[in-house]
Amino acid sequence: MGEFNVHRVRFFNYVPSGIRCVAYNNQSNRLAVSRTDGTVEIYNLSANYFQEKFFPGHESRATEALCWAKGQRLFSAGLNGEIIEYDLQALTIKYAVDAFGGPIWSMATSPNGSQLLVGCEDGSVKLFQITPDKIQFERNFDRQKSRILSLSWHPAGTHVAAGSIDYISVFDSKSGSAIGKMLVDRQYMGVSKRKCIIWGVAFLSDGTVISVDSAGKVQIWDSATGTLVKNHLVSNADVQSIAVSAQEDSFVVGTAEGTVFHFQLVSVTSSSSEKQWVRTKPFQHHTHDVRAVAHSPTALISGGTDTHLVIRPLMEKVEVKNYDAALRKITFPHRRLVSCAKKKQLLLFQFAHHLELWRLGSTVATGKNGDTLPLSKNADHLLHLKTKGPENIICSCISPCGGWIACSTASRFFLYRLNYEHDNISLQRVSKMPVFLRSALQILFSEDSTKLFVASNQGSLRVFRLLEGGFTHLHSFQPQSGTVQSMCLLAVSPDGNWLAASGTSAGVHVYSVKQLKLHCTVPAYNFPVTALAIAPNTNNLVIAHSDQQVFEYSIPDKQYTEWSRTVQKQGFHHLWLQRDTPITHISFHPKRPMHILLHDTYMFCLIDKSLPLPNDKTLLYNPLPPTNESDVIRRRTAHAFKISKKYKPLLFVDLLDEKTLVAVERPLDDIIAQLPPPIKKKKFGT
Amino acid sequence: MADLEEGFTLTAVPLGSGPDGPLGVEQSDKTDQFLVTDSGRTVILYKVSDQKPLGSWSVKQGQIITCPAVCNFQTGEYIVVHDNKVLRIWNNEDVNLDKVFKATLSAEVYRIHSIQGTEPLVLFKEGAVRGLEALLAEPQQKIETVISDEEVIKWTKFFMVFRHPVLIFITEKHGNYFAYVQKFNSRILSKYTLLLGQEEKCVIQSFSTSVGQKFISLMSLSSDGCVYETLIPIHPSEPEKNQRLVQSQLLKSVVSGSAQSGAALSILDQDHIAVLGAPRPASKECLSVWNTKFQTLQTSKELPQGTSGQLWYYGENLFMLHGKFLTVIPYKCEVSSLAGALGKLKHSQDPGTHVTPHFVNWETSQGCELGSQNSEQSKRILRRRKIQVSVQPEVPASTQLLATIQKDSEKHIEVELRKFLATKRTPDFHTVIGDVVIGLLGRCKAEPSFYPRNCLIQLVQTHVLSYSLCPGLMEVALEKTDVQILQLCLQQLPDIPESVTCACLKVFLSIGDDTLQDADINMESVSDYMDPVQDGKMEEQTTFLQNGFNPEEDNCDSCAQKLKEKPQATADESTSCPLTPKRAALLNAILRSAYSETFLLPHLKDIPAQHSTLFLQYLYFLYLKCSENATMTLPGTHPPTLNQIMDWICLLLDANFTVVVMIPEAKRLLLSLYKFVKSQISICSELNKIEVSFRELQKLNQEKNNRELYSIEVLELF
Repeated sequence: MGEFNVHRVRFFNYVPSGIRCVAYNNQSNRLAVSRTDGTVEIYNLSANYFQEKFFPGHESRATEALCWAKGQRLFSAGLNGEIIEYDLQALTIKYAVDAFGGPIWSMATSPNGSQLLVGCEDGSVKLFQITPDKIQFERNFDRQKSRILSLSWHPAGTHVAAGSIDYISVFDSKSGSAIGKMLVDRQYMGVSKRKCIIWGVAFLSDGTVISVDSAGKVQIWDSATGTLVKNHLVSNADVQSIAVSAQEDSFVVGTAEGTVFHFQLVSVTSSSSEKQWVRTKPFQHHTHDVRAVAHSPTALISGGTDTHLVIRPLMEKVEVKNYDAALRKITFPHRRLVSCAKKKQLLLFQFAHHLELWRLGSTVATGKNGDTLPLSKNADHLLHLKTKGPENIICSCISPCGGWIACSTASRFFLYRLNYEHDNISLQRVSKMPVFLRSALQILFSEDSTKLFVASNQGSLRVFRLLEGGFTHLHSFQPQSGTVQSMCLLAVSPDGNWLAASGTSAGVHVYSVKQLKLHCTVPAYNFPVTALAIAPNTNNLVIAHSDQQVFEYSIPDKQYTEWSRTVQKQGFHHLWLQRDTPITHISFHPKRPMHILLHDTYMFCLIDKSLPLPNDKTLLYNPLPPTNESDVIRRRTAHAFKISKKYKPLLFVDLLDEKTLVAVERPLDDIIAQLPPPIKKKKFGT
Repeated sequence: MADLEEGFTLTAVPLGSGPDGPLGVEQSDKTDQFLVTDSGRTVILYKVSDQKPLGSWSVKQGQIITCPAVCNFQTGEYIVVHDNKVLRIWNNEDVNLDKVFKATLSAEVYRIHSIQGTEPLVLFKEGAVRGLEALLAEPQQKIETVISDEEVIKWTKFFMVFRHPVLIFITEKHGNYFAYVQKFNSRILSKYTLLLGQEEKCVIQSFSTSVGQKFISLMSLSSDGCVYETLIPIHPSEPEKNQRLVQSQLLKSVVSGSAQSGAALSILDQDHIAVLGAPRPASKECLSVWNTKFQTLQTSKELPQGTSGQLWYYGENLFMLHGKFLTVIPYKCEVSSLAGALGKLKHSQDPGTHVTPHFVNWETSQGCELGSQNSEQSKRILRRRKIQVSVQPEVPASTQLLATIQKDSEKHIEVELRKFLATKRTPDFHTVIGDVVIGLLGRCKAEPSFYPRNCLIQLVQTHVLSYSLCPGLMEVALEKTDVQILQLCLQQLPDIPESVTCACLKVFLSIGDDTLQDADINMESVSDYMDPVQDGKMEEQTTFLQNGFNPEEDNCDSCAQKLKEKPQATADESTSCPLTPKRAALLNAILRSAYSETFLLPHLKDIPAQHSTLFLQYLYFLYLKCSENATMTLPGTHPPTLNQIMDWICLLLDANFTVVVMIPEAKRLLLSLYKFVKSQISICSELNKIEVSFRELQKLNQEKNNRELYSIEVLELF
């Protein structure tokens, strides 16, 4: 396969933000996750936990609560006092409504999904009616004396439990009057703490209320009599979150020490019908506060300040070994944050509020496999581009020639012209943006940097011609009538004739840039597309899906290629299908048309289509073959998938030229180093 | 091996039938429930495991049931025909057969067939076949005649072949037999003439069929007492043509040649058939199971009160008339293989499947099936086990056994227990065993002379007991100083309290050598490092190294000097065991049992000083044995590990130090231990130093690799 010089880049100082809320939707098997910077991500648990949608964050919009309502509608509320509904089709914010109760700390949808309850800073609990296109304020519940930090509906919708500071109130949801109050003990290990904050409550259908609080207690109450039934002291620090399974036979709590405890309703003895909540399993997958937990039918989901989303399957609920049976730890976004100008050897890194442009170094030395070469020139940080405003950057791109940089936030689109004079760079913002170009979901430059493709909300794809110092709008591909499907992934052919675009769920559309019309649509596939690319010369479209399948589709012939059919007939290697991160980038060898480069977080792979495919008996991850073996054996054991796991976690891999690779790594240790210190726990012997 | 179990009568009252026996026994839609139609007017639904009727229905006086009642598996209703043409359909709630659904047909019905998975079929005496639905839609429809005049249907069966229903019926005309095979997927009726192999005309008495890959195997029991097999192709080459089929003899003289009325045949499985009839002309009638592959008689059961020549086989039960009672005999055939007989089960694991560990489910307490299993396999086992549970008879063997324990003699209990242990294990096996032990111990307490030693040994060896299941067991054994049971318990029970462990230790140390001589103790833990005959002097050891550390080097105090003065004695002490092998084996069992230090220490203080010294000497001896080889292990099967030995030395010293220090004979021992500890400490500190230096080196190396933000490396992809 050959030797490559690999630029091993670790200076992309990306730190994901901490997870604040998670909300699981049982009907669609989707998980909504909100982060501390206001970003909301939607994971499709049926599609191999792929992060299929995201809403960019906003500095002033710290979400404190996230919930699903009837008809797959998603709401969030936060400390700016607003309730926000998200448009899951157009990937925008539908509207924001001020609840006029100060910062909102908690929110809950009624069991039938038609009402929304928010708990505010001023102690008010406000009921909103969810109408088909908006929400409408209906009533205030009895005002409490301090902020409402947690809310839970009775599964019948008749009562509501609200956790405040030092006590839990029970409301009648019809009248809105407080009918019960349960005082929580402030004492913590015999010492009276100042306040006891009820971080979470859960109302069960038999009238039991479970509360978790800042004193490390999980308490089980009888709401009818207002008495404490059972007290579990689980932690020395706060217990911050709780989620109950739909069957109400188990629940999960997350603590500030990073531990997640599973509680189950277990018979007292094997024969009796009397059941008791028992703390069954502790899990320590987090180092920091577990701010949010969710309970799907088969798994416990937790997330927190350490930015990992952890999905821990309940093994007794899992029958077959498949994707669902493995522990998942999702740390990095399933989209590309790095773009590359190959000719100039430039890398553009996208952060939440700024872009960084780096130039790779160079070397004159050569070496053999495994060597680190001495640098003749180190990598340069060329540019630090900060966007104005509170909004996060959605997407960014650098043109292949390195002369243009484009990026977009939710309301503004930026295009910059770069001029290089020896070591000096001048940057010039292109003004006179057309009114219709306000935000983009994906930006792409053509190979010769003369065209700019922008996928905007509402499903339209716009084509611009770039001129020195300006640009003109050429055409706009409108979505088929009736569909509002945002395009999230774009790919353009190197000759500039074809543009492929894929949405969140529909198939891949291929447009002819010359004739400015839809050329064909790739047959729909059940799993979302994670990466797209068009090969040079052949114009084959390579598509990676979240179930780890890779297809090759010939655009001129409008059909799958022979190779793709062979792969489908034989099937991928089982280890290939068991990888748990999606392929986020595909590119091609500039000289060898048979080679495809693709990567996920833990490996990159060069597929040589001329070699035989591996079957389940062959070794997929080929270690180095012993050098003393003859060429014959080497040739016999060689297969099409050349995989390297040397660099991980990988955020980006691309071929700069036929002998040079660039790999952007982000070691987890570097991320942890930038997180706030975790709660110190006494360890034996320290 | 095929086996007929003890039968039981189904009806307490004799059937109101004549000598003909019942008209038929048919399965109902619930397992274990069967419809019995007598040849008069009554249909009774029986639950076989309960041996009691669940329902009974009769037709009016003057009417007569002409065809056995069947259950429609698709609707759960029952169907019967009386007076040849009148069809009745009812269900469990109906009381009076007169008031239920009635349909009068235009032709006489021979049989109604119903099997799982398809709609019932009605076979008319003229050979025509109709589906029940089609028939009920138009009851008076014209029924064609298929078979010729004077041809009489003798026997019929309905079954599924590759998910398609197939009906076969045999007719007779002037001593010639014809087989008709009606396939419903293709609506083809094939007719075959059965050519009897023998010259003289024989009357065929009974038929049975089984379905193979390509052929339906039709077996017939002829009046000459032989069993013949005829293979009928499932996919005939020329279905329209009348074809001839030749019978081949399968078994000879299974029943007596002189034609008797009562002879019947039923295929049990691939290789086994059941034959009902008298084996010799004069003898009583028998139910016998034959293996057709090896042509051997597997088992037989005499039916002294005579039978009717009818035999039905459903599930695992054989139904027949015995005297005037309908009798059920369960039949079982466990697959035997050479590997099974040798105790080795075949382990065929597909390369694609993965072993997944078994997870304890808190919600369903499913017995204690630990160990790793193929996930798919375990699911299947679970399902099978569920079925077993449901089929289990109401009075379990365990309650019978418990009753036996209360009154019978020791010998008899032992026999019963062996029988019980030989049966299949149910999910609650361990609790049953616990109950049995408690029952036995209860009787022990009541009758001081009663001590079922062998039973207890057997029970402990089932590997399912735990201390908490039978708390009294070890107390009783301690009382009787039964060291063999104590040793077994220590080896098998996982949760022995420390006080009991300590009590065992005391017994083991104090018991007299002569009593030990007679005890039957498992010696495998000591056999390899101790000669059974102690000659006291073993070959002298030259300077041995403790963990590679030479004690000579360290200049100990004057006591050490004293030690050096008598090197001969030291060597003796270090290599010869201070105990008899039997006692050592018992102590090894103690060493290997689980304990918690905090709970053990207070009890250890009660051990007399002499005994603790003895035990220490033994432990020290074990340690020296350990250090003889590089891996620091003792030879043999299940020896105590080095860690266990060291822990016990520490524990004993902790508990009894002040006492042991005062005993002169322990002095030398303590000194050697002291020296040993000292050498260990110096080794450990050296090792620590090395470890820390290595870790520093590693850290330096890592930093070099990881701290660099940017590098260009060479990578070769193969």
